[in-house]
Amino acid sequence: MATDELTIRGRVAVVGVGESVYYKRAQSPEPEFKLVLRAILAACADAGIDPSRVDGFCSYSNDRNLPARIANALGSPEIRFSNMQWGSGGGGAAAAIGNASAAVAAGFAQCVVAFRGLAQGQFGRFGAGPRSNTISGQGAFTVPYGVMSPAQTYAMRTTRLMYEHGIDGSTMRAVAMAAYHHAQSNPRAVMYGRPLDEKGYDEARWIVEPFRLYDLCLENDGAAAVIVMSAEAARDLTPNPVYPLAVQQGGGHRSGASVHNQTDYVTSSFKTVVPHLYGQAKVGPEDIDVVQSYENFTGAVVMSLIEHGLCTYENANEVLTFENLISPTGKLPLNTSGGNLAECYMHGLGLQIEAIRQIRGESTSQVPNARVALANAGPMVEVASTAIYGNQEALG
Amino acid sequence: MSESKRSDAKSTQEAYLHAGLPAPTPARDGLDKPYWDGTRRHELWVQRCDDCGTHQWGPEWMCHRCRSFEVGWVQVAAEGVIYSWERPHHSVHPALAGQGPYLVVLVELPHADRLRMVGNLLGDPMQDVEIGARVQAVFEDHDDGERSFTLVQWSVPAG
Ligand SMILES: [Zn+2]
Repeated sequence: MATDELTIRGRVAVVGVGESVYYKRAQSPEPEFKLVLRAILAACADAGIDPSRVDGFCSYSNDRNLPARIANALGSPEIRFSNMQWGSGGGGAAAAIGNASAAVAAGFAQCVVAFRGLAQGQFGRFGAGPRSNTISGQGAFTVPYGVMSPAQTYAMRTTRLMYEHGIDGSTMRAVAMAAYHHAQSNPRAVMYGRPLDEKGYDEARWIVEPFRLYDLCLENDGAAAVIVMSAEAARDLTPNPVYPLAVQQGGGHRSGASVHNQTDYVTSSFKTVVPHLYGQAKVGPEDIDVVQSYENFTGAVVMSLIEHGLCTYENANEVLTFENLISPTGKLPLNTSGGNLAECYMHGLGLQIEAIRQIRGESTSQVPNARVALANAGPMVEVASTAIYGNQEALG
Repeated sequence: MSESKRSDAKSTQEAYLHAGLPAPTPARDGLDKPYWDGTRRHELWVQRCDDCGTHQWGPEWMCHRCRSFEVGWVQVAAEGVIYSWERPHHSVHPALAGQGPYLVVLVELPHADRLRMVGNLLGDPMQDVEIGARVQAVFEDHDDGERSFTLVQWSVPAG
C-alpha cells in the first residue's frame, strides 16, 4: 500500500466486539450506563485486552453515556480521543466505527471503542409523539397533521418508491421473513423462538400504510461495542483480524431539508455514499458475500440494497425473495443475526457486529467462506453511513 | 396572529383529527411567521428568494440556491398535486387514541418550484389515493382553544 494514500484500508482492524444482554423495550433490569460498561468489557474480553487500554471513544445519535465517565470506570490512564456523530438516528452506526478507524489511522489514539447504549424504559421511546401543548419550528408543519413517529415520517418515501419504480410489497415481506428466519438460530435475538411465516406477516395489523407491524424495527434495551486498533496491533492479538476496508458517511443535496423537501426524495441517502465507499474499499457490489442492511423499515432496506448496487430497481421484485435472502443458500444473504427487526434494535450497531462476525466465521447463520461483508446504517435519515469489512484475503 | 380580512379560499371549522395534538405556533425567531399569519387569512404563503426568485420550503434564513439572505415571502395558489401519501392506523399520541385510520398526503406545488407540503387529505380516510391527483387547500380554523391557529388541509375537488 502506498504510504501517501488517504485511506483506513489496511491500516486499522476490528479487534473486539461485544454486547450486553439484549432486552425487550423497558425490560432491562440495569441502567443504560451499566449496559454500556458491560458491552465494552465484553468487547475487551473478546479482543483479549485489558479494558484500561481503551483510550478513545466514539458514539452517535447523541448517546448519553459520556466518555470521561466510561474511562473513569475502565481505569484508562488517559483519554486521547472522544467523538460524537451528530443526530440522524441510527445513521451513525457505521460512521462511529469509521470515526474510530480514522482516529487510529491518524495516530490520535491507539485503542478506540465505538459504542451505543439504549435503555428506553429509563429514558423514553423513539416511537412516541410529542406531549407538549404547542409545537413550533419544523415540527409545526407535520405534527398537527398526525405525522410524528419515525414510521409516519418515512412511510411516504416508501409509497413513492413503490409508485415510481413498481416495487412490490413482497420485497418488504421477504426482508422481514429473512430477519426472523435468521433470529431463530441466534440465542441473543429477542425474537429467538418466535418465527414469522408469510401468513403471520400478511395478517399483522397496519401501523402506517404501506407498513405493517413486521415492517418496523423493534425498540429495545441494551448496549453494544466495537474496538478498533491498528492493523499491526490487531495481528498481535489474533491471527484473523477483520479489516474495515472502507467506511463512508453522507447524505445527498439538501438531505436535511425540512418538511419532506429533500431534493431527491426517493432515496435511502446512500446514492452519494456508495461511489466513495466502493472506491475506497476497492471492491464492488459483486464482491459482497453477505449484507447487513439497517432496518428502520423494510421499505428502506429495499431502497438501500438497490442504492448499494446489490439489486436494481428493475429486478428488485425478482431478487428480493425469502429464498435469496437467507443464509447459507441464498444469493444475497441478508441480516443474518435477525437485525433490527428480530435480533435487537441496538440502533444498528448490532448489524455492524454481525458483519464482523461473518468475516470471522462466527455467525449463528454463517455464510460459507465470507470474505467481504457490507453493513449500512440509518437509511433515509439526513446522514447515513456504510462500512465494508474484509478478511486478510480481501485486503490482498 | 393578525386576523385581517379572509380570502374566499375553501375553509372549514370542522377539524379532521381529534383535538389535543400540539398546537402549531410561530417560531420565536420569527422565521415562519408570514406563513402562519397567511393561514389565518386563508392564504398560502411560502418563501421566495428576492434575488434569484426560487421558492423555498420549509422556511430557512438563507436561499439554498444562491445563498442570499434576502429571502422574502409570496402568496401562491392554494392548490397542488399529490406526490405521496400514507395512512396511519396506529396512534402514537393519546389525542388520537380513538381516531382510527387517517390520511396524510405530501402535496407538490408545481407552480412554486415543486416545493412540498404535508397535510391531511379530507374525506373518507379509507378512500383510494391517487398520486398525481390535483388537490385544493382547505383552511381548517381552530378557534376554540387557548391559541387560535389554522391548518392547511387538502381535498380532491368534486367532479
Ligand atoms: Zn436565491
